[in-house]
Amino acid sequence: MKSVALFAALTLTAPAAFACEPFAVGDLTIEHAWSRATIGADRPGVFYVEITNAGSADDALVGIATPAAGMPMLHETVVTDGIASMPHSMSVPVPAGQTVALAPGGYHGMLMGLVTALKEGGSFPVTLTFQRAGEVTVTVDVLSMRAEGPDCAHAGQ
Amino acid sequence: MRARRAVILGLGGGAGAAALTLGLGWWRSGGSPQPALLPLAIGEMAFTLTDHRGRTVTPADWIGRPTLAFFGFTWCPDVCPTTLSDISLWLEDLGPDADRLNVAFITVDPERDTEAVLADYVANFDPRITGLTGPLAEVERVAAGFRARFEKVPQDGSYTMNHTAGVFLFRADGRFASIIDYHEDRRFALPKIRRALGA
Ligand SMILES: [Cu+2]
Repeated sequence: MKSVALFAALTLTAPAAFACEPFAVGDLTIEHAWSRATIGADRPGVFYVEITNAGSADDALVGIATPAAGMPMLHETVVTDGIASMPHSMSVPVPAGQTVALAPGGYHGMLMGLVTALKEGGSFPVTLTFQRAGEVTVTVDVLSMRAEGPDCAHAGQ
Repeated sequence: MRARRAVILGLGGGAGAAALTLGLGWWRSGGSPQPALLPLAIGEMAFTLTDHRGRTVTPADWIGRPTLAFFGFTWCPDVCPTTLSDISLWLEDLGPDADRLNVAFITVDPERDTEAVLADYVANFDPRITGLTGPLAEVERVAAGFRARFEKVPQDGSYTMNHTAGVFLFRADGRFASIIDYHEDRRFALPKIRRALGA
């Protein structure tokens, strides 16, 4: 997975509100895209999102790309015998009629090679590629390192 | 070394050899895997670590107060910030009772997680959380006492750490109380902590 435009300008100062705004492609609705602030650019960032498939055909998230990171990839946190590991995922299934979440402790986008530190309150684009529906670019809100997800109910959306 | 797809290695010797052929260090703690073993009582453990304020911490420093401890590393994007956020919320829910707890975040990546790095990191969470680091041998000793395990795995030209993800609870006298498993319903966490506090 390559980033589409590694050196594209990042909008890291936009107010946080995008996470509550849904994006659509084909039968898919993509919302609650968020990330956690990082200390510096050396550590990997993370990308979480919810995908709802309202169609009658199964789909799958097969890749992510972002100008914010040189090496974004899909991972899944797996706990086996109490030990957490993060194997690479070739794809994340998005079955017909279901909502799938990339969420803490499960599937996540792993943003390695950050171009710059992710700052709380900023945002950046991520392009998701689906097997059937194709590509869609969403805006990802950078929340605090302590965040457990966007608080859309209180965001007045 | 060229970047390569994340390879997750098992705990077997073959995996260790594979990691070495990749030119990366590899270790794990605790001897041969025996998942049934319970953590030692804190009083039976032996380790000397340094906290994120530069103070030396040994098992004796934990006796007299209940202890909540979690192994992780600051380069960890998913499990560690999630768990430290959870712990921060639990401490807030417990309120002043939580002041009686030792709350330790023990790095399994002392190579990158120095005192200064830990200090920067724990500043993002509840101030009652103490970051602990030390020489690798001491981190292996503390993990052995907890029956926790960790291993270094190569990942796209760098490395990540696989590690025991549960939150350990000990009573004030140092006896092991319980573990809050990573995927356990978080509603069970507070009662478990209260039990460790009360005993
Ligand atoms: Cu990951």
